[in-house]
Amino acid sequence: MLAEFGLAALWLAAALAALQIYAGLWGWRQPQGAVAALAKPVAVMQAALVSAAFVSLILLFLRTDLSVKLVVANSHAAKPWLYKFAGTWGNHEGSMLLWVTVLAVAGALVALLEKRLEPKTLVATLGAQALIGLGFYGFLLIASNPFARQFPAATEGMGLNPLLQDPGLAFHPPTLYFGYVGISIAFAFAVGALITRDVGPAFARAMRPWVLISWVFLTIGIVAGSYWAYYELGWGGWWFWDPVENASLMPWLAATALLHSVTVLATRDGLRAWTVMLAVVAFSMSMVGTFLVRSGILTSVHSFAVDPERGSFLLMLLGLYIGGALALFGLRVGTVREGNQFDPLSREGGLVLNNLLLSVLLAIVFIGTLYPLAAEVLTGEKLSIGPPYFNSVSAAPALILVLLMGAGPLIRWRRDEGGAVARRLIVPAVVLAAAAIGMGLLWGGKIGMLPLLGLIVAAGVAVASVAPLAKRNLRRTPLFTWGMVIAHLGVAVSLAGMASDSAFMQERLVAMKPGETAQIGSFKVRFDTVVPIAGPNWTAVEAQLHVSRDGAGWTKVMRPQSRQFWSPPTETSEAAIETLWDGQLYTVIGKSDGSGGWQMRLWWKPFVTLIWAGGLMIALGGVLALIGRLWREGGADFWKNWRAAGPQPAAKVAKTTGTKPKAAKPTGTRR
Amino acid sequence: MKAKNQRLVLIMVAVVAMLGAVLLAMSGLKDQAAYFYAPSDVLKSPPALDRPVRLGGMVRKGSLKKLADGVSVRFIVEDEAHAIPVQFKGILPDLFREGSGVVAEGRFLNNQQFVADNILAKHDERYMPPQMAGDQHKTGRVS
Repeated sequence: MLAEFGLAALWLAAALAALQIYAGLWGWRQPQGAVAALAKPVAVMQAALVSAAFVSLILLFLRTDLSVKLVVANSHAAKPWLYKFAGTWGNHEGSMLLWVTVLAVAGALVALLEKRLEPKTLVATLGAQALIGLGFYGFLLIASNPFARQFPAATEGMGLNPLLQDPGLAFHPPTLYFGYVGISIAFAFAVGALITRDVGPAFARAMRPWVLISWVFLTIGIVAGSYWAYYELGWGGWWFWDPVENASLMPWLAATALLHSVTVLATRDGLRAWTVMLAVVAFSMSMVGTFLVRSGILTSVHSFAVDPERGSFLLMLLGLYIGGALALFGLRVGTVREGNQFDPLSREGGLVLNNLLLSVLLAIVFIGTLYPLAAEVLTGEKLSIGPPYFNSVSAAPALILVLLMGAGPLIRWRRDEGGAVARRLIVPAVVLAAAAIGMGLLWGGKIGMLPLLGLIVAAGVAVASVAPLAKRNLRRTPLFTWGMVIAHLGVAVSLAGMASDSAFMQERLVAMKPGETAQIGSFKVRFDTVVPIAGPNWTAVEAQLHVSRDGAGWTKVMRPQSRQFWSPPTETSEAAIETLWDGQLYTVIGKSDGSGGWQMRLWWKPFVTLIWAGGLMIALGGVLALIGRLWREGGADFWKNWRAAGPQPAAKVAKTTGTKPKAAKPTGTRR
Repeated sequence: MKAKNQRLVLIMVAVVAMLGAVLLAMSGLKDQAAYFYAPSDVLKSPPALDRPVRLGGMVRKGSLKKLADGVSVRFIVEDEAHAIPVQFKGILPDLFREGSGVVAEGRFLNNQQFVADNILAKHDERYMPPQMAGDQHKTGRVS
């Protein structure tokens, strides 16, 4: 019953999306008219229905309803409940349903909360948003119905890939999806503004929170995915340039560029067409990402099934959306008036450079990811592009970008004096030079050139990142400035972690018998014994490693496991990782050699944790910027009115929010 | 600068930057692209010996052997037409199994020998490497 209910809710939601398109794209000329008035309530209703469908699917998974194909294929009664729950989106159909659910809920939030945008642009935006949604409803209903029944019902489910049986699964895919969907909301705003020829600061301010939210989620998703791969796959690496990782990196790069250019549009009313173009690019990248991950054309943990029909459906959607967006952009870009001017030496100029370098990086990753696919289709040649390409080609633009990131916030808006900029940059420049000389003497020739450069740049940029706070009253510094400083500092921290890990990481692969000792870095690892362990749906052999550090009293027992799952029968290794203040000790147990010896893989990874710590700082910076902006652009008024008006603030709030764009006019030159 | 001019300059700068990126990427691709071989491809044209390549196929049942050092293994990668012995030092990925698909990264020593630096995990039990899916479609094994 529940499955049929879910399916019916999904069909109804799709129908409402169609209605919303009609209301939005035909009704926007008369925003007060009867047709346009449909847009908002329909958006909310659509979100409620698709949420109901998604909740039904979750319930089907929780009670392991074995008459539903998807549950049979991906779940098992003996699974812990968290994985039954998270297993809902640990498969193709469920994850697509999550995608549209998040999209519809975000659309409903826009309909309910967005008060600053011109009514006609809001209506058009909702229409564009439903257009994106409808494509995915069609994809779900036609090519990947999550509620399909099977008859007769199975007696037991096939289980979930053990690699996915990890708390990370509960969070990693939803975070990335929130990111992708946030970008499509930003894109819907851009389409709405293009349709109504209303590209200006009000549009930028309405779009900015969505860009920030999606960027924060993408950042967290990438950081979490990277850490998950690091500890779960047992390879000791944190980034593999796997096409699926690239699929999340490309939208992130585009969203980062968009985030910076939308600030120019919101504060200085410049870079209008440019910002809209970036919104189109960012959306295209999140579509390409969805296509790469979901069409099954890639080698990856993320490709759930190879199904040519789905691939071509997604490719068609991709072509329609990107082509349509570019066509609309081409048609309407002429009507977008030129924004405010700026000097080459200005904050705007710096942000243009930022956008250019991010686009260059994006192009490099894009070409490297798609070239093998294109080459195979066009010439039949089978190629693979791996880390050597990405590392060598993207290193230079990335390092220049990070260097400029240090300098950019120290330049004033509109125009600045070369001498003044140089004075503000002198302290970071001295630190950079000192780091170059010191580290060059210490490690030059001993470690790779790239890691060395990375460490030097990280040191200089870390100082430059906090320089915007110099001589400011820290308590009166706006929250979004703090956000920028913390995010930029996070980039430096992350870079330091990457460089330190690639420069100083030590790795050993040894065959050990119980009682033997191996040395890795400054650690002694004594292999005491192996013991069998049983889990809820697996058995394992667990090694007991007694580790001690030379010259320190520190000792610890580490227990890496090699697990055997029985449904489906698979082996996974569970690395044992010990985090110290200056790095991580990472141990993996491999196979037995049949004569009492075991393969052991040992790593010492100095300061590797900085990579993810920096990533989280970047995300935190985004959150602070978001809160700061929302507060400045209406939150503060809202709060004041709410406090003053008491329990019935509705009328007053509506009034103040209506005048908000004026209240949020640019203040000061340093932002 | 006139309004039109600034937009024009921005567009030109953007075009130049994108062209630069494409050129950079292309030169990188020329140096770094690794060719993918199925075992029978080696019969058609001899493999490049001096550059990293990938070899993908099925692990022959019963071919996995441990070498004396305890950490190296040897196994045979095959397809319908041909088989190539592969040597690898390291821990095999979790999902490595005899009789199922594998992609090995490394170099050919000669037409008959492959040394792998890295064995790519076949992450999902339902997954076939796309390069192999072509062969598998014929036998209808792809779910």
